[in-house]
Formats: sequence, C-alpha cells, structure tokens
Amino acid sequence: MRDRVLKLAELITTPLLPSDYLDLVDPLRSGADLRGRIEAVLPETRDAATIVIRPGRSWKGHTPGQYVRIGIDVDGVRQWRAYSLTSHLGRTDGCIAVTVKAIPDGKVSNHLVHRTKPGTIVQLDQATGEFVLPAERPAKALFVTAGSGITPVMGMLRNHRELADVVLVHSAPTRDDVVFGDELRALAADGRIRLIERHTDVDGMLDAAAIAELVPDLAERATWACGPVGMLEALEAHWAAAGLGDRLYSERFRPTVLVTGEGGTVSFTRNGTTLEADGATPILDAAEEAGVLMPSGCRMGICYGCVLPLREGAVRDLRNGEVTTAAPGDGVLIQTCVSAAAGACDIDH
Amino acid sequence: MTVLQKKSENPIAHLSAEDIEIIGKELDTIRQGVRDSLGEDDAAYIRRVIDVQRKLELGSRAALLVSMFPPAWVVGTIGLSVAKILENMEIGHNILHGQWDWMRDPKIHSTTWEWDMASPAEQWKHSHNELHHTYTNVIGKDNDLGYGIMRVDEDQRWHPLYLAQPLWNFINACFFEYGIAAYDLELGKNLATKKRRQDPAFRAATRQVLKKIRNQAGKDYVLHPLLSGPSFLPTLAANFTANVVRNLWSHSVIMCGHFPEGVETFEKKSIDGETRGEWYLRQMLGSANISGSKAMHIMTGNLSHQVEHHLFPDLPSNRYAEIAPKVKDIFDRYGLTYHSAPLYKQVASAWHKVIRLSLPNGWLAETTPKNAPAQVVKLVRMTTGGKKVRRELSRAAA
Repeated sequence: MRDRVLKLAELITTPLLPSDYLDLVDPLRSGADLRGRIEAVLPETRDAATIVIRPGRSWKGHTPGQYVRIGIDVDGVRQWRAYSLTSHLGRTDGCIAVTVKAIPDGKVSNHLVHRTKPGTIVQLDQATGEFVLPAERPAKALFVTAGSGITPVMGMLRNHRELADVVLVHSAPTRDDVVFGDELRALAADGRIRLIERHTDVDGMLDAAAIAELVPDLAERATWACGPVGMLEALEAHWAAAGLGDRLYSERFRPTVLVTGEGGTVSFTRNGTTLEADGATPILDAAEEAGVLMPSGCRMGICYGCVLPLREGAVRDLRNGEVTTAAPGDGVLIQTCVSAAAGACDIDH
Repeated sequence: MTVLQKKSENPIAHLSAEDIEIIGKELDTIRQGVRDSLGEDDAAYIRRVIDVQRKLELGSRAALLVSMFPPAWVVGTIGLSVAKILENMEIGHNILHGQWDWMRDPKIHSTTWEWDMASPAEQWKHSHNELHHTYTNVIGKDNDLGYGIMRVDEDQRWHPLYLAQPLWNFINACFFEYGIAAYDLELGKNLATKKRRQDPAFRAATRQVLKKIRNQAGKDYVLHPLLSGPSFLPTLAANFTANVVRNLWSHSVIMCGHFPEGVETFEKKSIDGETRGEWYLRQMLGSANISGSKAMHIMTGNLSHQVEHHLFPDLPSNRYAEIAPKVKDIFDRYGLTYHSAPLYKQVASAWHKVIRLSLPNGWLAETTPKNAPAQVVKLVRMTTGGKKVRRELSRAAA
C-alpha cells in the first residue's frame, strides 16, 4: 500500500521526485537525505570552533570518538570533510557538535571556523569510525593527543564519566592553543583526569620516549592516540618495541603521501569522461577538477566513501606506494582519494 | 543565404589565420575569467531560480485544482506556463549543459538532472551538446538547422513539398517537445531501413522515450486532472495550454538563435581540421542574440545571449550578460557582425526566412504587386510540373 502511494506520488511529480518538493518545506524531515542545520558556531581558540548542528530526523546517533562526514558548500562548491563529534550524547535539544581547527590553506576548516553562519544547511552522513572505547571499559586509560587530535578524545571524556583512571597527554603550540583548554584543566582540577600539557613552543615536539617517563604505568594502560601522522608513527614504533603494540589504538587525521605514481589516462566508463592525471594527484581530485561528480568522503583514505571499481589498469596508493592492478573485466575496489593513476585506468563510474 | 564558403563576399576574408587564433585566445581569457570567479553568488542564483520555479509550479497547480472557476484557470495556466518555461530554459537546458556541475551538488548536475520534456535528458544531451554544439550550422552535420524536415539554405534544391514548410514549422512549434524527442531519436533516419528499425540500440532508445512521454502525459493529462475532481476538464485544458505555450516560446527562442537572416552556415568540408580559433569563429558567425529586459533573458534561459552561449556553452547562464560587452568588443575590433535584435524582430526575421525558402529561390524577392499574377502562374507551373520544368524555370529566373 505504502509503495503504491509512493509510486503514485512519483507519477504526480515526475520528472522530479516528491522529495524535491518536500525539501523546499522541510529539508530535515525523516526520510530526506541526511542533512543538518548549523545552529551555532562557538569559538574555542583563535583558530578552532565548535559547530553545533541540528541533524535531520534520520540521524541514528553516534558513539563518542566517532566522526561524521559533512558536506558544505564553500564558494559555491560542495566539499566533504570528516570531523570528530565532540557533543554530549544527552543534549536535550537533540543537536550534535563537531569541533574544527582551521588549518593553514584549509578551504573547508577555515570556512567552518571563520565564515559559517547559523542557519546554513549542510549535508551529513551517519557517524562512523572505529576510534571508540570497547564495551568493557579499560580500568586504566591513556590518551595521547596533539592539536585537533583532542577532539575525538574530548567526545569520549565528556560522555564516559565512568572512566576511573585517565591520563591525558596533550600537545599544542601554546597554552592558549589548547582546544577545550579550560574544560580539560577543570577536569584535572576535579581529579577526573590527570592532564599533562606539552606546549611545543617551549617544550618542543612530544617525544614518544618521553611519554614513558611522564606515564610510568604506561604498560598497564590501554592507549588511544590521535594527532599528526609523524607522532602516531613514532608512538606505534615505540609501543611495538615495548611489546605493547596491541594496546595502542590510533586515529589518523591526514593521509601521508609517501610516493607518487606515474600518472596516466583515466577513463570513467559510464560517465564518458577521460582525463590525464599525474602521478601525485589523487584520482578523486583530478576527476573533480574535470567536472566528474565523484563520491567522496574523508579524503584521507579512512572512510571508504570514495571507493569505485577499477575495471582495468593500475593505480598507486599514495600512502605506501603499493600498486593495485586490475585485469580487463575485474572490479577491484579502489579508494580514489588516496590512489593516483599508475598507467591507464578504466574506472566504473 | 548560402554557405559562407560559397558567398561572393566572404565576411571573414579580411581575417588572417593568425587573427583567428588571437580571437580564440581572447575568448579563452574571457572564459577563464568567469570560471575563476564562480562562487557563492552564482550557486545562490541557480538555487533561487529552482526554488522560485518549484513554488510557482506548486502554486499554479494548486490553483488549477479549482480551475472550474475562470480566474483560477487563468492564474493557474499563466503560472504553469511560466513555470514550465523556466524549468526547460533557464534551469533544465543549462543544467544539462553542465553549467552548474562545478558546484558538485548531485541534485543540480548534468548527469542526474531530468526535465519536463518528452525527450529524456540522456538522449537530448547527445544530440544537443555533442552534435549541435560541435557542428553548429554546418549543413549536413547540424540537424538543428531545420531539424531535417525543412529547407534552410538556397543551395538545397527546392521541391514543391517545401511549400508546406511554414505550416510544418508552426505545427513543430506547437508540439516542439515531441519534435525534439523524434529528432533526438533520429527518427527519420532510423525508420528508413528495416535494419535500422530493428537495431537494438534504437529500439531501447525508443522505449525510453515512450516511457518518458507516458509519464509526462500521464501527469499532465490524467493524474492532475483527476486530482482536480470536478475541475477535470479545465485542468486538462490548462495543462495542454501551458505545454503548448512553453513549446511555442522555446521554439521561437531557439529559432532566433541560428535562423535569423544574416546568420552564417558552413560547408561540411570547411570544418576538416578546424582549429579552436576557427571553431570559435564559426560559433560567432552562426549565432544571433535577442536584446531585451532582464526578465526576457531569464525566460529565454539566457539563450537570448546565444552568441555567448555558443562560445561558452558550459559557463553558467547568469554570467552571459556580463561578458556580452567584452564579446561584442571582439566582434567590433575584428570587423564581424554581432547579430542582436529585439525578440519580435528576430522571430519575424526567422519566419521570413522559413517562408522565403519554402518558395523557389528568388521568388519572394522578385514578386511585386504588379507581377504577382505572372509569379503565381510560374509557381503553379513549378509545383505541378516535373523536375525538368522546375530546372528550366529556376534557371530562367537566375
């Protein structure tokens, strides 16, 4: 019955869909594509702000530590980025919040922090991400964060008050640059966490070895780390060397480009577009530049929102240089945001 | 008119190959300037037009629910006609050109858009974007010239059948969307032989068109009238009227783009190895603008800036007005004619040409009130006589 009514409604609105008209009235209604309305932009530091968003009624909620992909129009162009959720789960107004740090030349982050106005409608995806606490909470936890790496951890600290023994080692350029600085210090003053702040302007970069000295019972702790790739790699190496590799969970914010491919001609078989891509540019960027409407997500190789089948050809993973090849007829799924052409490629799109 | 290459006075004879390439470079610069400055205001513009169009359509269709009351019928029919024109011209045509693809909004994108038109977007994009915009005004290549059913050039041999051409043109105008659908299917060519008729690709395309027409007609001529209950017939009449108004309007605008007197056509072999500069030049010579108010430009989908549109088919239509003076400046500096006239003049000019070419070459120009009877006799003889008579009489005229 419901299907019949829908079918009839579609015949009445053809060639558009009923939702095209309903969106005029209520873009956040249930059943609509998931969107959100920005309710407030709250400054945190000089270059970071918390964006409060009222999600559409299809929002399924999130687990602290997860991120959400947000599609926002910057200079008229739809851009998608992933940001960690920092809000309290039990907000009475039903809103969610992400905290964004404006990075130099960051088109989207600067727009969100400095120019976005309340009332703006943004596109959303459901929350996702593996950087969450296990159901059985660790007796002792260590968080190691740098810069905006604090954001998923703040989401956890705000919502997991049951964590009894928490150490947070956080690194930021100066005291004023610590996002949520006042709140973290208050938590420390209350005795809920032990806070170790490192200010790189005076203390230098956070050193993996130094953490062991700062946190003597490190081996007893489950550790969650989030920050720049260099820091994470140093931590991973250090934890592995200490035989604690399986006790460290890390979350990357940016892809590490290690290698470049050779480049080549990329053809999109269904769309009909053919373009020349160089070996340093992700296929996603090259295709968008050429006007192809591409699925996209975090743009750092973690969310798999950009995956498309490679029917034939070779691509190189920009993070590690690995080459993936597809023989004619194959449909090898590749992440276009971290893959560059390594020869001619036919992509099914 | 005759193809540019055969004219006694070639309007581009004064241009060197170098000039033509410089013109191309200048136009490239204009294009890049617009591309670089696209932003929030442009995005807001197309969203606003879409928003207004949808609300206007909803409001008009709501009024038609009670269209047994004449004022509701009048308001609803006018509103729906305008909404359908906006939807086809400023919104559909331009989105399907990819003018708004740069926004990366999947809801406003050439690959996802479908429009209120008998021809499915997919097929129209091929015949319009690929064929018409590439081979603009090349006789034998660009079927937009007369849609394959009209005599558009003195060099096409006259036949008595062409006498009915003004009538054809008018009927085609009234049911333009179906004409376009038939044309996108290349119906004439594909129905000609059994092999073509049975070609699976053609059959699939035909099924696609029929499904689209069924949906479109079902909406306007069955479902919405049914929703109107006692106003069934008035609603049906209103929807039919709105479709015909939209068809007549878009046909007129499109005829003005390439058909007014003075617009050039080109020989097939003239585009062999054509450079980018030469392609630009062909677009410049093969298009004509309509001058008028801002509202008129929007209602024509900015095809009133046909010259600019043909030079830069993928630039957002809201920018054509601002680059028009720069484009015209290039025409002026290089001694080329920038055709632009008010709508009524361009429509009259295009119709004059349709009528002139429906008659044997020179007939209309030679006819005066004095010699009219003799001319009519000659026309009757040419019409009823065979090929040989026609040839002799037209030679005598020349």
